[in-house]
Amino acid sequence: MRRARTNTLPLRTPEGIVFALPLAGPVSRLLAWSVDVACIGAASEVLGKLLNSIGMINRELAQATYILAYFVISIGYGIAFEWFSRGQTLGKRVLGLRVMDEQALRLEFSQVAVRNLLRVVDALPVLYMVGGIACLVSRRSQRLGDLAANTIVVRNPEISQPDLEQLLGGKFNSLLEHRHLAARIRQRTSPRAAAVALEALLRRDQFEPLARLQLFEDLAAHFRSLVEFPPEVAEQLSDEQYVRNVVEILYRSADALTKR
Amino acid sequence: MIVDLKRFLAEERKYWTELESVLNRIERNAEYRMELPEVLKFHELYERASADLAKIETFAGEPEIRRFLEGLVARAYSEIHETREKRNKLNLWRWFVVTFPQTFRRRIKPFWLSVAVTIAGCVFGGVAIRIDPDAKPILMPFPGLKEDPSERVRKEETAKNDRLVGHKGTFAADLMTHNTKVAIMTMALGVTWGAGTTISLFYNGVILGAVGADYVHAGQTVFLLGWLLPHGAVEIPSILLGGQAGFLLASALIGWGSRKTRGARLREISSDLVTIIFGAGILLVWAGIVESFLSQYHQPVIPYALKIAFGATELAALTIFLSRSGATAAKKEAE
Repeated sequence: MRRARTNTLPLRTPEGIVFALPLAGPVSRLLAWSVDVACIGAASEVLGKLLNSIGMINRELAQATYILAYFVISIGYGIAFEWFSRGQTLGKRVLGLRVMDEQALRLEFSQVAVRNLLRVVDALPVLYMVGGIACLVSRRSQRLGDLAANTIVVRNPEISQPDLEQLLGGKFNSLLEHRHLAARIRQRTSPRAAAVALEALLRRDQFEPLARLQLFEDLAAHFRSLVEFPPEVAEQLSDEQYVRNVVEILYRSADALTKR
Repeated sequence: MIVDLKRFLAEERKYWTELESVLNRIERNAEYRMELPEVLKFHELYERASADLAKIETFAGEPEIRRFLEGLVARAYSEIHETREKRNKLNLWRWFVVTFPQTFRRRIKPFWLSVAVTIAGCVFGGVAIRIDPDAKPILMPFPGLKEDPSERVRKEETAKNDRLVGHKGTFAADLMTHNTKVAIMTMALGVTWGAGTTISLFYNGVILGAVGADYVHAGQTVFLLGWLLPHGAVEIPSILLGGQAGFLLASALIGWGSRKTRGARLREISSDLVTIIFGAGILLVWAGIVESFLSQYHQPVIPYALKIAFGATELAALTIFLSRSGATAAKKEAE
């Protein structure tokens, strides 16, 4: 039976740790490739200008060098960058992508070379159509070069801590009046729901007004269904304030909450 | 259970930073070898990061931190659980004279298949042009080959001016890049389970066979050998090497008679694939120079006998190189 397409690479280490690396989709890869094409174009332009000066002395030598250098740059750009920059070309770095071994083992030079040499087939007939289709239909968003080289392209996020001080701003939290209920909501909330609520608060100013009202209404309803606070506390709060108070309970340390 | 995120970060972050710096050091320098205390420390940091990841998975932690830890653990995992030998710094000369011919011999079967497909193409091309001479523009779609061989030989031998003067360098560069692209494409088409490689080799064979039959039939065999042999003695085997790499890739994809997974089969051949195609690329640099600076000059500028002798010597040298070079090193390694 054909296995379903996935957007993560699940891994289980011998230590028993299970996690998943997020796979890059065809669109982000296409954008990274566009940046790379621009870089190759810019490098060739600079090279052409440099060789122009040699051309004044020996035109034939300058032209022959340009033909060879352009060939080496266009073939070698991906190989060199992905090998020396741990799976990242400039385009992949800009888009936060990285080439990895399919089993998350060390990337070998031969893998980097094979996936880049097979671009000639992935690029057929125009604009990476073969590679794009392969990427869309393959289980791990792999183009033919990736399939042959046992590689995948993952999204490579940088660490960033949420600015809780800025977000919560030391406002009065009426839910904290009921500590046993606050403890219960900490216990019952799933990591995913907590993360969604935090993200919603961090991005609250980016939403359309109606979408913002709807989102916080849904989130507040979810948290209200987990733990029922007394009506005199819960009903005084708007949905957004309710979610804000819940997020403070979830993310603040127990000590910090006691001090407040 | 909900994590006290700030405290967790404050306590653990220094270990993650340390692990990250060790990983950066390892990954930046392929030559880097850790001492035993460093290995133990590295392993300890890896286990700590793994435990942190396990903790944060169960907490309502911030997803970015989880992803960061996953990335860190994945990088450390790849170093700790990698069983393939870490290669020493590449010695280009040794790679070319030892590794490349050794690899060629170890993977000889796909090469013979490559030869067989090309010969089949040659036979087809030769027979086709004899049966239907009007098909010449289709079989040989190149302007220089369309005219009558005897007429071309007459023009070449009576030419007063060097038509390549001032262009030899660019012509050589064009030939090198074009032929290398053909070899890479022949290899890469192996990913179509070998169908593309077969078509590419067969088509090359058809052109070669048609040209050969056309010139031999016109009584220009000596010219043909003098023209093709100096560069063809290296160029044609290089394209065959591209075919060898293509069929090697195809055999790993198909996996006849192998119980290994497709991934394991591809992992086994990827290094050999790269060695063969890079070796072919180097040979094609030589072929491009010879084709531009020697092959295009005919009698009376350069006697055919000399050109044929040169081509035959090259072919013999290449055969000896591919069949013998690196054999002593292999014996020593075995001992």
